[in-house]
Amino acid sequence: MSTHSIIELENVVIKFAGDSGDGVQLTGNQLAETNALFGNDISTFPDFPAEIRAPIGTIPGVSGFQLHFSSQPVLTPGDKYDVLVALNAAALKTNIKQLKPGGILIVNSEGFDSKNLRLAKIEESENPLINGSLDAFKVFQIELTKLTKLAVKPFALGNKDAERCKNMYVLGLVYWLYNRGIDNTIAFLTRQFKKNEVIANANIAALKAGYYYGETTEIFLEKYLVKAADTTKGLYRSINGNQATAFGLLGASIRANLPLFLGTYPITPASDILHELSKHKGYNVYSFQAEDEIAGVCAAIGASYGGSIGVTTSSGPGIALKTEAIGLATMLELPLVICNIQRGGPSTGLPTKTEQADLLQALYGRNGECPIVVIAACSPSNCYEMAYLAVKIALEHTVPVMFLSDGYIANGAEPWLIQDLETMPPILPKYISSNIANAKYQPYLRDENLVRSIAIPGSVGLEHRIGGLEKENITGNISYDPLNHELMVKIRAEKVAMVANTLPLQTFENGNETSKILIIGWGSTYGAITQAVSELQNEGIDVAQIHIKYINPLPKNIGELIQPFDKILVAELNNGQLINLIRANHLKDAKGINKIQGQPFQIIEIKEAIKQAL
Amino acid sequence: MHLENNIQLFTAKDLETDQEVRWCPGCGDYAILNSVQKILPELGRSKNEFVFISGIGCSSRFPYYMDTYGLHSIHGRAASVATGLKLTRPKLSVWVITGDGDSLSIGGNHFIHTLRRNPDMNILLFNNQIYGLTKGQFSPTSEIGKITKSSPIGSVDSPFNPLALSLGANATFIARTMDRDAKHQQEMYRRAYYHKGTSLVEIYQNCNVFNDGAFEVFTDKSQKPLTALFLENNQPLLFDEGRKGIILDGLKPKLVATEDVSINDLFVHDEGDKTKAFILTQFFDEEEFPRPFGVIYVSKEKATFDDLMNLQIESTEIADKAKAFKELLYSKNYWEKK
Ligand code: SF4
Repeated sequence: MSTHSIIELENVVIKFAGDSGDGVQLTGNQLAETNALFGNDISTFPDFPAEIRAPIGTIPGVSGFQLHFSSQPVLTPGDKYDVLVALNAAALKTNIKQLKPGGILIVNSEGFDSKNLRLAKIEESENPLINGSLDAFKVFQIELTKLTKLAVKPFALGNKDAERCKNMYVLGLVYWLYNRGIDNTIAFLTRQFKKNEVIANANIAALKAGYYYGETTEIFLEKYLVKAADTTKGLYRSINGNQATAFGLLGASIRANLPLFLGTYPITPASDILHELSKHKGYNVYSFQAEDEIAGVCAAIGASYGGSIGVTTSSGPGIALKTEAIGLATMLELPLVICNIQRGGPSTGLPTKTEQADLLQALYGRNGECPIVVIAACSPSNCYEMAYLAVKIALEHTVPVMFLSDGYIANGAEPWLIQDLETMPPILPKYISSNIANAKYQPYLRDENLVRSIAIPGSVGLEHRIGGLEKENITGNISYDPLNHELMVKIRAEKVAMVANTLPLQTFENGNETSKILIIGWGSTYGAITQAVSELQNEGIDVAQIHIKYINPLPKNIGELIQPFDKILVAELNNGQLINLIRANHLKDAKGINKIQGQPFQIIEIKEAIKQAL
Repeated sequence: MHLENNIQLFTAKDLETDQEVRWCPGCGDYAILNSVQKILPELGRSKNEFVFISGIGCSSRFPYYMDTYGLHSIHGRAASVATGLKLTRPKLSVWVITGDGDSLSIGGNHFIHTLRRNPDMNILLFNNQIYGLTKGQFSPTSEIGKITKSSPIGSVDSPFNPLALSLGANATFIARTMDRDAKHQQEMYRRAYYHKGTSLVEIYQNCNVFNDGAFEVFTDKSQKPLTALFLENNQPLLFDEGRKGIILDGLKPKLVATEDVSINDLFVHDEGDKTKAFILTQFFDEEEFPRPFGVIYVSKEKATFDDLMNLQIESTEIADKAKAFKELLYSKNYWEKK
């Protein structure tokens, strides 16, 4: 039996890094899932290489997976690592700066031979395993390939297949180190390789060997335990932002009892929404992978016109292409949901990195006066609710709604307290049916919220024409009348503004109107800002925090909440976008906390910026 | 869900809207509008089942003049809007109204991809070989050397051959007609309607303001016999009132005087023969050959896009969606926090 002592920790941030072919994502996901099932609160951050098949062993080929698990509520994947697992020299070089002093570094020593050093552009004499540069860490060198091959020998695999099991070996070791069982991963491997039992069993053998390696060797003197977190009671699952977005859209379609039509074109990091929804045709889901971004959105508009829920998904460059069509939907006053899973821009920019730089595009990026509703999800699981609400607003107000997410929350996962469909608000679309039409149907006649009633093609007696040319109020006939145009521009703007009547009022996440300073954020920065603010409050610094989910229209009381503050900070992963809105609409001398590195905020960065501003 | 079983009869007159038709007097578009209005009541459907979707250009005003459902979309995108509608409302009769600039320039991508996918709808391509609405620039079907406002010393752009392009995109129905021949037009629209799949009808349409007489060589009574060849299925290719014909020497078409050959030696039109259709679409650049009008190619083999997609949906349709969704949410490992 093990004589290792067990040390209890509140939380651990671990990073797996290796070559993109090393199965790093799968390894990280397994540890995340096992810890979540155990009851830890978790947050994950996969960091993919930009190239699909960058040369093995090189810096561009490094793939990473960061996991934060804790016995306390977790809001971010963590700033610095307690543990780094580096499978080769390039992985170490890319990540070592983020490892805390005294942190655990597990390295595959075979990944530091001459060839790997050369590929990572490290001089032989600078080999970090021998030059003393890692002295600040607890380094554990393991001959991972050799040990793995030994473990899977009975299965007589080819060299490559045998080597491929090394991620499971290292996962087994980590499971042992953090006092977790391996059953969940065994079940996963059995499922995953059910068509190839030999591979399944070899991986399981590697997993067990890694686990027993910790147990039987003396290289680790202690192991660790992170207890279950004390989060809200209920049923949880792990979910990432793109999955949650797909489920939110699907749930809304079921609740509204209307088909869901996704017209889209593959693009990073939005494609997983298409992948997920295309699995669910049986729910009356049309997934149309179009020839381009424009066809995707236009087909969605055609489907909306036919009474389905038209949705298009993309990222910044694709949204740019859809711009004219979004204007058409605004003119037609048809429901349309546009999901922008933001990435670093402009142009092709940083496809696999995160950024919040499309906010002004979402608000203003169309010709003419063309306001649409803009909402933003603040965490992976929040994408579910926000995507659902995007559909609800689009259908009930016959407007295009832009749903903003980004690469960070789209790929990041966290536990989700599952929201059953019955607990979501009802959706009441604005269609008129054929049998009430004795009077002539007026397509642009409006209700008290300025919303028009839509007659679906096929309805008897409601034949009418709509289009992108300016409409005459009420009749919808083409009109070039100057005053009518001004009236229609104002009506369309007012209609979007009136959506605020149905939105929840803004509240403080932390602090209140008497706090010394206010920090405002939107979208995926929620976790980092919230964590930073609560840490500051624990340090006795009184900070108020507002996190905006509804950006256009803004919640009605936002001005009221902001007015008392002399010091206002706006934190965004861009060069200053929401801040312009705050400054222009509320005449406040707000200051920006901005980061444009393709990476999310670290908690420490926010804390320091707030301290400096005080 | 809104389609009624009992057909409500209507007449061509019922299709007129209260909107004043704004095409230039003498424009070929009028004749096309009349022909479409003429045949619609004969198709055995109620007026509310027709939808006309257009892009941008003179022709794209068409939906405003039809008292059916209509959507005037944006430049080049009508086929995409129509695809979304047709997929989700497969019972509607969907017509795309477009022009040479709309579908062959800015919307070229959607044009070819729609044809290859083959949703069951009809595309009426008004080809006037010019940009009319923007007041007279050369279009992707204008001939080389064309003098226009944007090509004052002659265009150096080589034109598209729209039917060859369509065939290359695997269209399942291609036909050509002309604005001056109401009877022929109506026949083509009827055929297009009854074809299950995407039907492409190219219409030679005279823009009397910016490109007057572009097709006169085919439409003018005196020249027509020598320049236009009207196709009939299973009939030999004859023109010039039967005096001239076409034979196939291997795959090479040749002009002959009918008196020199036996009628059995002539090229017999076969709408289902793609190789022959390809040859016919090439009667385009070579001036010696007459221009074919009529249905050039029909394939009944290919399933429609809307059928295929709806079949996938229907065959996997979940009866109790709310229940299944709940199972889906809980399908991944979930855990209870007590
Ligand atoms: S510009 Fe030409 S195509 Fe356009 S309406 Fe006038 S005549 Fe017809």
